Amino acid sequence: MDYSLNTSQNFIKRTKKSNRRKLWLGLLFTSPVLLGYTIFVLIPLIVTTVLSFTNFSIGAKNTNFIGFENYINMFNGQDVYFWPSVKATLLYVFGSVPANIVFSFLIAVLLNANIKGRAIFRGIFYLPVVIPLASGCSIWLWMFQPDFGIVNQLLKAVGLPGGTWLSSDTTVILSFIIVSMWICGNTIVIFLAGLQEIPSHLYEAIDVDGGNAFHKLLYITIPMASPIIFFNTVMGVINAFQAFVQTAVLTPGYSQMMMGQPNNSGLLYVPYIYTKAFRFSQMGAASASAIILLIAIAIFTVIFFKMQNSLVYYEGDAKKK
Amino acid sequence: MKKNSNIANILIYIILITGAVLCAFPFYWMLRTAVVGAGSIFSPDIQILPPEFLLDNFKNALTAQPFGTYFINTTIVTVLNIIGVLLTSSLCAYGFSRLDWPGRDKVFGVMMTALMLPLAVLMIPHFIGWSYLGLTDTFAPITIPAYFGGGLFNIFLLRQFFLGIPKEMDEAAFVDGANHWKIYWNIILPLSKQSLIVVGLFTFLNNWNDYLAPMIYLSSEKKFTLMLGLNQFMGGYNAQWNLMMAAVTVVVIPSLVLYLFAQKYFIEGIAMTGVKG
Repeated sequence: MDYSLNTSQNFIKRTKKSNRRKLWLGLLFTSPVLLGYTIFVLIPLIVTTVLSFTNFSIGAKNTNFIGFENYINMFNGQDVYFWPSVKATLLYVFGSVPANIVFSFLIAVLLNANIKGRAIFRGIFYLPVVIPLASGCSIWLWMFQPDFGIVNQLLKAVGLPGGTWLSSDTTVILSFIIVSMWICGNTIVIFLAGLQEIPSHLYEAIDVDGGNAFHKLLYITIPMASPIIFFNTVMGVINAFQAFVQTAVLTPGYSQMMMGQPNNSGLLYVPYIYTKAFRFSQMGAASASAIILLIAIAIFTVIFFKMQNSLVYYEGDAKKK
Repeated sequence: MKKNSNIANILIYIILITGAVLCAFPFYWMLRTAVVGAGSIFSPDIQILPPEFLLDNFKNALTAQPFGTYFINTTIVTVLNIIGVLLTSSLCAYGFSRLDWPGRDKVFGVMMTALMLPLAVLMIPHFIGWSYLGLTDTFAPITIPAYFGGGLFNIFLLRQFFLGIPKEMDEAAFVDGANHWKIYWNIILPLSKQSLIVVGLFTFLNNWNDYLAPMIYLSSEKKFTLMLGLNQFMGGYNAQWNLMMAAVTVVVIPSLVLYLFAQKYFIEGIAMTGVKG
């Protein structure tokens, strides 16, 4: 009895020791990201929150806590760029994401049909994603020129009136949306990969029941692809909220300090934060703007995941999350 | 029935070809503009084919600014990032998949929530931190972070892959007296070449194409990356579209060449991120 007690104590000691060893080893291997997460995510998040209640500016002598003043100034319009950038961003998000999802899904469904040259088409649709967005935007900046740009020249050639594109505040966001559709190759490839995993016997069932291609799309393809549609929509919204290059390159405003002209119509939210922080050097106020972005993205993500259950179809054991 | 599907097929091809042409057209227009003279830019008529063929535009554009320096800078930044990301993200992914330690999956879950965190929320403290260290206008702020885990998304991807490698692999190695470092380096990494290539390619693209971070940190022209150089060039050569498109062409070529050779990995990588995510 003595003997067995002894060994079981030893055993507990040993497992404790090996557990601790395992923990150390695990922490050692993951230490880069544990450190990185603390230094580059956790601490900055706290700093941004604290700064948002101050009038901090780099190089300035005094920094004071000013309560909610930064937030109040945004909402009451004292910060003249806040509401225009909110408007531009919401227009951009709710214009570009649905347009991209519908367009990419359509292309992916067509690519998934029994066609020749799928790889070539896919390769071409993906091409604009590979090049730097800034260089892609500069090509569009040239093509959108009102007088000598090729877009208006082609429109006029077929008898349509040319657009004002980037030179009028009513069409700037539309132009951004067109550019965003040009770079939706990512979404197409993800959709296509998802569509290729739909088992073909489901389509055969529709054939047996005498359904047509439209029935297949409505009753098989869309429900089966709904998790990926959901994924692409969430990612699309999060990315669209953070667009920066479009404003910086398509509406650069070289002559002034301000990007996103005319009338701040192209001033998306991240360029707005950037300008406030790094051109106006109002880092406290810019931090408050950044916190608003964080809250907005969090709200949208929560709403999306709440809607997920009613909109997304998960097949049996595929329901992991 | 047969006829119907033929018509449908033709319709599919028409839509796809139209889409592909629209997608590729800006590239053509970039090349077309890059080789014409200043006069042809401001011609009111459409000239789809280039009326002349001036390779001088490339020379003029490239000598107007030190694009060679920009190219070298971008290469340094990108290579340093790729090394950091591949080393540390694989190490962390190993720790989150092949090692068993208390709290592992909880820690991983907490970290992954930061995937949704917009960079804009963090960029101001980042800048303040680097400027207190006196390291703004150096490559440090845009290279050093890669050595701290190499991006949560990359860890996620590699972990996903490592989890799929059978456990027997390391058990056999343990019997032979190997430790975790050896297993990580000699077994897991060589088996994961494919996914490491995917991570490396995306790291290349992210850094080669990055615009916001260099714009925040780099202020002296000597340190500029290609994207900043291009931006500066556009500011200075307003309306000289032919020179600008020549510069854009040169900037775009490395990415296009890489894509041409590694298309398979790009497509696989994207599909992997979407379907498994």
